[in-house]
Amino acid sequence: MRTRTQENIIEALLKLATSITILTTVGIIGVLLYETIAFFKEVSIIEFLTDLEWTPLFSQKHFGILPLVSGTILTTLIAIGVALPLGLTIAIYLNMYAPKGFRKSFKPMLEVLAAIPTVVYGFFALTVVTPFLQSIYPNLAGFNALSAGIVMGIMIIPFVSSLSEDALYAVPKTLKEASFGMGATRFQTSFKVMVPAASSGIIVSVILAISRAIGETMIVAIAAGQQPRLTFDPTVPIETITAYIVQVSMGDVPHGSLEYRTIFAAGITLFIFTFLLNTLSFWIKKKYQEKYD
Amino acid sequence: MTNALKNKLIDNAFKVFGIICTLFGLVILGILIFNIAEVGLTRIDWNFITSLPSRKAEKAGIYTALMGTVWILFLTAIIAFPIGVGAGIYLEEYGKKSKWANFLEINISNLAGVPSIIYGLLGLEIFVRAFNMGGSILAGSFTLALLILPIIIVSTREALKAVPSSIKDASVALGASKWQTIWNQTLPASIGGVLTGVILAISRAIGETAPLIVVGALAYVPFAPSSPMDEFTVMPIQIFNWVSRPQHEFAVNAAAAIIILLLITFMMNGVAVYYRNKWQKKIKW
Amino acid sequence: MQVLEKQQIMTGSQKLIEEKKTIIEARDVNVFYGHFQALKGINLTIKENSVTAFIGPSGCGKSTFLRCFNRMNDYIDEFCLDGEILIDNNKIYWNKIVVEELRKEVGMVFQKPNPFPKTIFENVAYGLKIHGIKDKTYIEEQVVKSLKDVALWDEVKDDLKKSALALSGGQQQRLCIARTLAVEPKIILMDEPTSALDPISTAKIEELLFDLKQKYTIVIVTHNMQQAARISDKTAFFYMGDLIEYDDTKTIFTNPKQEKTQNYITGRFG
Ligand SMILES: Nc1ncnc2c1ncn2[C@@H]1O[C@H](COP(=O)(O)OP(=O)(O)OP(=O)(O)O)[C@@H](O)[C@H]1O
Ligand SMILES: [Mg+2]
Repeated sequence: MRTRTQENIIEALLKLATSITILTTVGIIGVLLYETIAFFKEVSIIEFLTDLEWTPLFSQKHFGILPLVSGTILTTLIAIGVALPLGLTIAIYLNMYAPKGFRKSFKPMLEVLAAIPTVVYGFFALTVVTPFLQSIYPNLAGFNALSAGIVMGIMIIPFVSSLSEDALYAVPKTLKEASFGMGATRFQTSFKVMVPAASSGIIVSVILAISRAIGETMIVAIAAGQQPRLTFDPTVPIETITAYIVQVSMGDVPHGSLEYRTIFAAGITLFIFTFLLNTLSFWIKKKYQEKYD
Repeated sequence: MTNALKNKLIDNAFKVFGIICTLFGLVILGILIFNIAEVGLTRIDWNFITSLPSRKAEKAGIYTALMGTVWILFLTAIIAFPIGVGAGIYLEEYGKKSKWANFLEINISNLAGVPSIIYGLLGLEIFVRAFNMGGSILAGSFTLALLILPIIIVSTREALKAVPSSIKDASVALGASKWQTIWNQTLPASIGGVLTGVILAISRAIGETAPLIVVGALAYVPFAPSSPMDEFTVMPIQIFNWVSRPQHEFAVNAAAAIIILLLITFMMNGVAVYYRNKWQKKIKW
Repeated sequence: MQVLEKQQIMTGSQKLIEEKKTIIEARDVNVFYGHFQALKGINLTIKENSVTAFIGPSGCGKSTFLRCFNRMNDYIDEFCLDGEILIDNNKIYWNKIVVEELRKEVGMVFQKPNPFPKTIFENVAYGLKIHGIKDKTYIEEQVVKSLKDVALWDEVKDDLKKSALALSGGQQQRLCIARTLAVEPKIILMDEPTSALDPISTAKIEELLFDLKQKYTIVIVTHNMQQAARISDKTAFFYMGDLIEYDDTKTIFTNPKQEKTQNYITGRFG
């Protein structure tokens, strides 16, 4: 009898721990909505979505989110432009070409890239990559999207390479054999059989990498600048959503002011982007999970 | 050229390209570490570690930031460990296969994908304002604990999943209750995996900068914290602060601090990997 | 009467076989996986347009030997071969050989049906495309012909655009054979091609082998003694890496010279 009650208490406690995850989600959405609604009482949603300038901290205030969105998209595109070809090639190389021992030791080594704190990458982008790029292209500004994007791309290589390699690894060995048995080279087998068969896993890895790049903060805050600008020119300073939130947080903006609320309006924009991407990847994963038994 | 030779050529070209790409990642890692070591290594001495921050680069040290990081490390672990492991146990052993469990799973997978800076906004409104903790270590630890919860839950579940059901069946057949089975059989058998996940999650928390900036950790804190309610700074924020200064001396300080931060991170990762390997070797089902 | 006739036919065909050209020849083949020796000094010749069966207990090296003929063992790191294998008088383990060309000549069908997750048409056309054939009408002709050869055409002719994974196991295996036939190899290697199939599908494939023999040389690994007796001209019995006996199928099953063979085919071990 006593154990029965004891068991019930323990189960209730475990349930409570689990419910924290729900509370976290409710909290995130609630907080973002609460402050954003207050924000939209003062700034029209039309201006927020269509104004081409973002200058909440100046006397001439504009509240158009587009420059921050374009900065975010720009750095993300550059990052994916680096991470996708490199990551996928690495995945294919490790799975199809490299000796077995290689795969076992290189995968964890590459994963070190993802374990390094992002502030370190920011330092690297600003003090190594930017000067290097400037030596090739002297007109590059000291803060720019290019260098931040490239370094961010390097950071997310393991997301693409590791998860894609997992997906390739999960393709039944018999398919590989069938293709080799027909006289296909490893290259042909990779791109005609393996990659199509692993496509859902590869797509998921890329979506997760994109989502990670969109939410990445310190690299862009350090190396990309703090100038919201509606441009896709990678050589000039820009500002991303995340960098703006950091910029405001570093300053002394009073709680409850309009400037304070802008970081929540920016935050909810960011949240919506990543939420959509994560939902998409989850959905793809579930849908294609049982393709091979 | 015959078709087969052409295919062979493409095949070999891609192999070389693959090697280059793989090495590229590692070479960059090498350059990064080498560059930082070159700039910062000579700056590290006992004074650098034990000095308080200063406006003069050559006098400034990382003592307050290091202490802040240590505080954050322990408080975050204390908060996140029981909640994360508890939730992992519940999801794996109790609430399986219901619609509700499915919903919880989707929710956790989504939380894992929420950018860390958003957790900062949550912490700012809830812990700093609503719970009135201010920009204290406690507020920062709660925020980071929520941030790493999904990682701990997922790795706990994986570790529990790896325990063969025969062990559980044997225990239950002897008349043990569900919790007795978990506590006496399942958890001890999976503790290596659970701890690995927790260590990796905490090492992630130590590297986090953005959420703590949003929560209100300060760039300049004159004294090391002595209680959870104190203001604080951490290593990554100190680095960020130094990187943002134009003078070269501060960049040197940043590099030196990065070396110490990387040492801590790699050490924790190393311990986690070592633990995992040892545990995997010891237990062969 | 009937028995007599059958025997006459068999001896008739046997005679022919001995006169046929040698297409596969193994000379003193030793195979190692690391330190483990999987094949021990195998010598064997296979004639054109015949069916040869490899039998023997599990782990005796049948698959290993079969996979030497198209070098499918190349991808195993610790695999090591010593000796010579000649196909059409070419040493295939000579390092200037283009493996891909070799495999065009030596096709392979696997134990479990393994169609690609593509359409039926794409599956059969795969080999042609990777070997650089671009002529669409030729590809189409070959696909139709191969599907007809494996008696699958009538069942799938309206569904060529459908995924091959939607076919039944037996149909999938015939599709895999069609895929191999499409590039017109000289030799077809089959590693227990019917062991994952039901009796009816198995019967269909056995029937197919009779027809294919006219144009191809077939080497088949099987655990099914009756199957070996039914379909093959020659049978090789392997035991723990040794080739114990290699002779006409009839002789092996009615009058084996080695005691081990006798014991195996009568089911006393293995
Ligand atoms: N990749 C490999 N690495 C190491 N040893 C192997 C490998 N493949 C096969 N072997 C070993 O070589 C021997 C022969 O294996 P093989 O697969 O050729 O046997 P088999 O006669 O085809 O058996 P089965 O009838 O079960 O298919 C076995 O002892 C096996 O353990
Ligand atoms: Mg076999």
